Amino acid sequence: MIAVESLAKSFGSIRAVDSISFTVNKGEILGFLGPNGAGKSTTMKMITTFLPPTSGSAKVANFDIWENPLEVRARIGYLPESAPSYKDMNVYDFLMFTAEVRGYDGEERKNRVVRMLETCNLKDVAWQLIDTLSKGYRQRVGFAQALLHDPEYLVLDEPTDGLDPNQKQEVRALIRRMGREKCIILSTHILEEVEAVCSRAIIIGNGKIVADGTPEALRRRSKLHGAVTLELFGADLKDAFADLEKIAGVERVELLTDEDRPSQNARTGKNGKESENGMEKSVNDSKEAEDSKAGKYGDGSDKTGKSSLRVRLFPKKGVAIAHEAAQFVHQRKWEVDAFTLEKGDLNEVFYNLTRGGQA
Amino acid sequence: MRNLKAVLKRELKGYFESPVAYVFIIIFLLATAGCTFFISRLFDTRVASLDAFFVWHPWLYLFLVPAVGMRLWSEERKSGTIELLFTLPITLIEAIAGKFLAAWLFIGIALLLTFPMVVTVAYLGSPDYGIIFTSYIGSFLLAGAYLAVTCLFSAMSKNQVISFVLAVVACFAMLMLGAGVFTDFLNGFLPVGISEAISAFSFFTHFQNFQRGLIDSRSLIYFISMIGFMLTANAVVLEMKKAE
Repeated sequence: MIAVESLAKSFGSIRAVDSISFTVNKGEILGFLGPNGAGKSTTMKMITTFLPPTSGSAKVANFDIWENPLEVRARIGYLPESAPSYKDMNVYDFLMFTAEVRGYDGEERKNRVVRMLETCNLKDVAWQLIDTLSKGYRQRVGFAQALLHDPEYLVLDEPTDGLDPNQKQEVRALIRRMGREKCIILSTHILEEVEAVCSRAIIIGNGKIVADGTPEALRRRSKLHGAVTLELFGADLKDAFADLEKIAGVERVELLTDEDRPSQNARTGKNGKESENGMEKSVNDSKEAEDSKAGKYGDGSDKTGKSSLRVRLFPKKGVAIAHEAAQFVHQRKWEVDAFTLEKGDLNEVFYNLTRGGQA
Repeated sequence: MRNLKAVLKRELKGYFESPVAYVFIIIFLLATAGCTFFISRLFDTRVASLDAFFVWHPWLYLFLVPAVGMRLWSEERKSGTIELLFTLPITLIEAIAGKFLAAWLFIGIALLLTFPMVVTVAYLGSPDYGIIFTSYIGSFLLAGAYLAVTCLFSAMSKNQVISFVLAVVACFAMLMLGAGVFTDFLNGFLPVGISEAISAFSFFTHFQNFQRGLIDSRSLIYFISMIGFMLTANAVVLEMKKAE
């Protein structure tokens, strides 16, 4: 177990980490989220005994980072940010060095290094100077170094940084696999990574914990959580927009344009109305111009005179509207291209929490 | 101790795997030979002694030792590997001593490679091997003291050039404390006792003791405690600066 208790670190007058407390248990993968400079790395550096805290303490496997730093270090595998390693050494020698320092001798030492070269796909570059390796390989060297002694505790500072998408997937799978028996803390600013890997996430802003929970629970704090996104198709959608507002439990309806697809910002009602008008206009336009040109309209009108409509229904607080919405759409006999119950957007929660807003 | 050995091996190997080692050794050997034969004119003195050889060491070391030691901590801090090093189960003392000893050993190897000098004077006459032996010891200790100063300045700056320049200046100051000119200058306004005490802190004074053919325990203690003091300061500076 890693237990962090009101850990704080100041650099001069800057309070980098401001009284952070949390515990991580075996089998947990804790994701540290936060904008750059929020104090993620500093916290990790303190847990790994690199930096002494200004106040507070942390215990790793019941060893205090201040009183027993060597015991703590022996039990942690640490991948520092941007995976520093001795560039004037080749990969094999570098791992042999860490193996020696980790207390392995002779055959055992060699075996561990060879196994790590395999696990981290480093066999092909084992004899190359680290200096000549690409960022992705260096990151893997850092990984190999951290995993070499099969530590119970892993602290990974941006583990997938600099990797290509395939490697990212591999590393995430590896972390998930290890997460079953180990206690892992990883930092990232890639939100999808948190959702893909972590069993729990802590969002840090300005050195403080602003949220702590499962990625699921954090997403629930999003405005988007529980909203229903509809893609309708039909001839008679002119009134649909106003109609949808009548569904029980719906607070407001928002029109989505193609730019909204990544669904970042919840628009205000007023903006929604404006886009609605724009939409109606283009529906009319397309009715007049019954030729292939109409296809170019972003709103999805086509020559048959039918048009599509993308809207999002936001529920009143704590009300589930999926069922009602489905029934309503069914009654109107609209064709439904897509019906999505939004789980919530971690990006939005993250943005609001770390900008001092309310999620 | 085990990890000290690991750090030492890594550093020493690092020297020999880069051109630094060979450049240093060649320049050191050329410079010592050049100074001994062409400036001090060993052959013209018609004396089978290596005084003309050892007298140059404080001046050659002044530049060569900081060149060897400047990267020890600067590089480590600049590349961020210091974070790796101090999150491995290695103590601060093991790391500092390991690095220092590696560089010292390396300089020692270069020093041993000057053996043709001994062969030369042995061929020309019958030198006092005792003096040659103690002079080598003195030279090695002097290099260690320079190196310890360099380690300290290496920990102070991430920039190797700055570390080098500061180390050279500091070593020069430590050397000059005992120079006749400086002592005379101090005598002008300080009691002789104090100026002698100051000159007793000079590298030069103690180095000369070894050249007289004796291992003066005071000088031995001086060099060892000087190294110890500088490395302790090195540890303090590292603790303060490692986060930057």
